[in-house]
Amino acid sequence: MANVTLRNVRKTYTGGFEAIKGVNVDVADGQFCVLVGPSGCGKSTLLRMVAGLETVTGGEIDIGGRVVNQIEPADRDIAMVFQNYALYPHMSVYNNMAYGLRNRGMAEAEIKTRVEEAARVLELSAMLERKPRQLSGGQRQRVAMGRAIVRQPKVFLFDEPLSNLDAKLRIAMRVEIRKLQRRLNTTSIYVTHDQLEAMTLADVLVVMNGGQVEQVGNPLAIYEKPATTFVASFIGAPPMNLMSTRPEEIKSQLGGAAGEAGIVGIRPEDFAITDQTPAGGVALPLTVEAIERVGAETFVYGSREQEDQRVAATPGELPPGEVIVRIPGTEAPAIGQKIRVAAVRAKLHLFSGDGRKRIEA
Amino acid sequence: MQKQAIFQSKLLPYALVAPQLAIVLIFFYWPALQAVIQSFLLQDAFGLSTSFVWFDNYVELFKDPAYFAAIVRTFFFSFAIAVSSLSFALLLAVMADKPLRGSMLYRTLLIWPYAVAPPVVGVLWIFMLHPSLGVISRYLRAAGIDWNPLLDGNQAAGLIILAAAWKQISYNFLFFLAGLQAIPKSVFEAAAIDGARPMRRFWTVTFPLLSPTIFFLLVVNIVYAFFDTFGIIDTMTRGGPGTSTVTLVYKVYSDGLLGGNLGSSAAQSVILMIMVIVLTGVQFRFVERKVTY
Repeated sequence: MANVTLRNVRKTYTGGFEAIKGVNVDVADGQFCVLVGPSGCGKSTLLRMVAGLETVTGGEIDIGGRVVNQIEPADRDIAMVFQNYALYPHMSVYNNMAYGLRNRGMAEAEIKTRVEEAARVLELSAMLERKPRQLSGGQRQRVAMGRAIVRQPKVFLFDEPLSNLDAKLRIAMRVEIRKLQRRLNTTSIYVTHDQLEAMTLADVLVVMNGGQVEQVGNPLAIYEKPATTFVASFIGAPPMNLMSTRPEEIKSQLGGAAGEAGIVGIRPEDFAITDQTPAGGVALPLTVEAIERVGAETFVYGSREQEDQRVAATPGELPPGEVIVRIPGTEAPAIGQKIRVAAVRAKLHLFSGDGRKRIEA
Repeated sequence: MQKQAIFQSKLLPYALVAPQLAIVLIFFYWPALQAVIQSFLLQDAFGLSTSFVWFDNYVELFKDPAYFAAIVRTFFFSFAIAVSSLSFALLLAVMADKPLRGSMLYRTLLIWPYAVAPPVVGVLWIFMLHPSLGVISRYLRAAGIDWNPLLDGNQAAGLIILAAAWKQISYNFLFFLAGLQAIPKSVFEAAAIDGARPMRRFWTVTFPLLSPTIFFLLVVNIVYAFFDTFGIIDTMTRGGPGTSTVTLVYKVYSDGLLGGNLGSSAAQSVILMIMVIVLTGVQFRFVERKVTY
């Protein structure tokens, strides 16, 4: 059991590219930490640095009170599950799991007990003699998990382990991983670009962008109070509506409370179709452009009468002047219809003009 | 989609394959048939009369201790050439399969020797190791080694093996490098995390995963050592000193063209032909079955 602490960790490649620009994260013993961010944000690099597969060019990585910067991957007492599983194709399932134990000189009897126990938990008992190529994607994924758990390491590292599975299996395995981690109570670091996976798995969520940490915290806390416009639009689907406070239409409604805020954000589910204007809230007239019905809820895409200015660049950004509204059920206005939507004061997120700072009104 | 082409005329398909068939028949089957026929004939010393002797040439051959010596020697050469060039090429490939600066340059340089023709390889090594002309020979003698492959049969054999193996390293290197790059890097990383030290990683992960490549190259190298070393032997030692570097292929040449014993030479060719057929059969069977692990 161990905690993992990253202190001002940096990675600069020869050639000058800075992949990790000083990251500080503290994962307590037994916690499930998820690193999430768009591709190229450095999350996988950071995980590989914790594993010892990439060198650390600055700062310290501390596992269980020991700085491991100069320690070989084998001696860090970690286990890793790779995106492509990285099973040994020439070894049976049993040998795949036993390999790491044999390398450490464990007695065969003890290896047998551990592998069989892991196989039982992961429902692989009937497949121990098979080769990886005779297994389905989900089974291979479970072998990769098994290889990690037999070692009983201090830390599990997961590098997008579910991204090669189909959607249904992904959800099932997500739940399995969480249950397994709870039961073993092993500190885990999990990398994903899927914000839903991140929200559902994490005790601690680390949102990364461009080699830096945007926000660290409990997933729901991050959802409710995103620190930057990047986090606001990355966490939550469909993304938060972000609008400039400059146009008179919005400025007048926010009044003096807006203060130095340059951007106002409203989540699609916080809008309601109504003629009322809540005090201090924001109401907008929209023309319905498109409707998406997904069963339990409906997404209404509307355009504002005034062309909006583009706000700070964010992922999943909507075209300026477009607003998404999420309403329950399947009842929806017709396309082309003019509607009016409003959000109450408490549901507004205010940010500085560059999107880098959250402003509490 | 239909893969079979349909021709209006019955003759056209035959006409289309005729040139290729003609080449194969004239340049491969005809000489092979000639060799088979020749192997049943015996000519007198002056080439005036020829008689049909059934299997006498073969019987003579298998009674001849020199022929057996050539068989043993050829197998020994093949084994030595294959093992030394394979292991050295594997070592180079493992070292080259790293993200190092200038890797394209030295990979290219390592492939160059393959473009050198076998007789040129022979001449090249002679320049370095000839007892009186060779550059390296001087140092060998200075070091107290009695180096003279023109007189010492074992040294001559070593020289042939060295030159032949050197030439084949490039080819093997290329295949090993491709084989190594086909293995996902994450498998090696997983093994590193699993606590396998570099040597153990090599023998338990890299080597087994390369085994299909190794087996394929083993067959190719044996075929090479059997047949393509003729040029090297002819330029370096001409089979000498004595018969210490006479392989089966060289014996066909020396008995037939130099010794004038066409019947025996033809019989030897036929035996070699059978060996090639067997080796090629093994190779084809193997190439079809790509995965062995």
